Amino acid sequence: MSGGTRLENANPLIFQRSGERRLTATDEDEDLHCYFDISINDPEHPLSLEELNVVEQMRVNVNDQESMVSVEFTPTIPHCSMATLIGLSIKVKLLRSLPDRFKIDVHITPGTHASEDAVNKQLADKERVAAALENSQLLEVVNQCLSSRAM
Amino acid sequence: MVALLPCICINRKALKQEAGSELLYEMKGALELLQRVSAHADASCWYVAWSPAGTLLASCGGDRAIRIWGKEGDSWECKSVLADGHQRTVRKVAWSPCGKYLASASFDATTCIWKKTNDDFEFLTVLEGHENEVKCVTWAPSGNLLATCSRDKSVWIWEVDEEDEYECVSVVNSHTQDVKHVVWHPTQELLASASYDNKVCIYKEEDDDWGCRATLEGHESTVWSLAFDPEGQRLASCSDDRTVKIWKESTPGDGSTDESWKCVCNLSGFHGRTVYDVAWCRLTGALATACGDDGVRVFREDPTADPEQPVFFMSAHVPKAHGQDINCVSWNPKEAGLLATCSDNGEFAIWKYNSDS
Repeated sequence: MSGGTRLENANPLIFQRSGERRLTATDEDEDLHCYFDISINDPEHPLSLEELNVVEQMRVNVNDQESMVSVEFTPTIPHCSMATLIGLSIKVKLLRSLPDRFKIDVHITPGTHASEDAVNKQLADKERVAAALENSQLLEVVNQCLSSRAM
Repeated sequence: MVALLPCICINRKALKQEAGSELLYEMKGALELLQRVSAHADASCWYVAWSPAGTLLASCGGDRAIRIWGKEGDSWECKSVLADGHQRTVRKVAWSPCGKYLASASFDATTCIWKKTNDDFEFLTVLEGHENEVKCVTWAPSGNLLATCSRDKSVWIWEVDEEDEYECVSVVNSHTQDVKHVVWHPTQELLASASYDNKVCIYKEEDDDWGCRATLEGHESTVWSLAFDPEGQRLASCSDDRTVKIWKESTPGDGSTDESWKCVCNLSGFHGRTVYDVAWCRLTGALATACGDDGVRVFREDPTADPEQPVFFMSAHVPKAHGQDINCVSWNPKEAGLLATCSDNGEFAIWKYNSDS
């Protein structure tokens, strides 16, 4: 994103990408821990969210039998105003990638954001999400977030 | 204000413990699938509504269209497609009590009114005013009033005259968040609304002014839908908190001077995810729910229970009624036991409920 708007987090901590990850699963576990290679661009920083430690790979839970996916993400800084947009982008990415049978839950890692309850409630409201995605401007921003720069 | 008095909590675990006891009234029923229809291609089917005569079913969805379905022989066929009314998702549709009009509420912030002419529907007028998505539209039993609600937190009441002219007579801002659903009382000019703010509001007209006369608190998350019982004595609400609550207006003479509604029954432990819709059958009194865990459930009331502390049992449950979330459930107004459901997978389904399996 260009423009004169001051970036909220001008010097984010960069974490090393740990390289290519493959889908792994252990049959004995009820909860499959899958490692998703989620690369989503933070609208303010031209690096993947993973490199910015916004989405930690360890916090994705997939329960294939119950058709449930749960993603916990940590916004870069507690007062990040883009938390809802980032959460929405993650949700959209999953909605587009996963089979329709999956129930998708995206929420903020507890204790890492001042407005996590409000953000989580919005992300969980599928009617709000559906309506938001009919807004072409918002959809464009989400698509930009998801454009594979890092893939 | 509402006092949440101790109410009977029907919990699945408690039921299992009580099994075999003479207090438990067995009411096992069954839901039989009659037909599954792919109504809105590649989009969610958000709502279905039966015509007052029970012969037509209107569906609406994410493809921005409304479809009217009628029975031909044994199967439901599409009779009309109303495709040009809205620019965004059509969230709900409602029939006028006479069956001659259809109203549609859309994310495009408008409500369209359609008039039935012979076998088709023509666009009559559009109701504008809400600032953003209209979440619900509902016709009063008198046929002269309409209510709409929106993410703009308001509830609008509209009057319609003999010349098909619609006029907004009131805008009420009682909720602090997105209003999800509005429903009229079956016999009185009383309106109830459900909101993202976890509350239910009851509205009545007093001195030519519509206002919120009671607030029902108790749900721990968004209240998605509401349904009055056939007599209008109780109100069922369903929520993202995975419960269904039954509310009853307290009768005068019990000490309270103002009207208050109390929760007389709490159905918890039955639904695995958000309960999106609840429907109370006018003919049989059965309660049906639509859930985000893809299941449809029917609850029956224990006739031996104290009316002030009603008891409901789950009579039928289809766990995977659809492949995705069920958004709506609706009882046919004329044929007892006939039930329609619709889902995010774009389908609607017709079921036959039998109270004894």
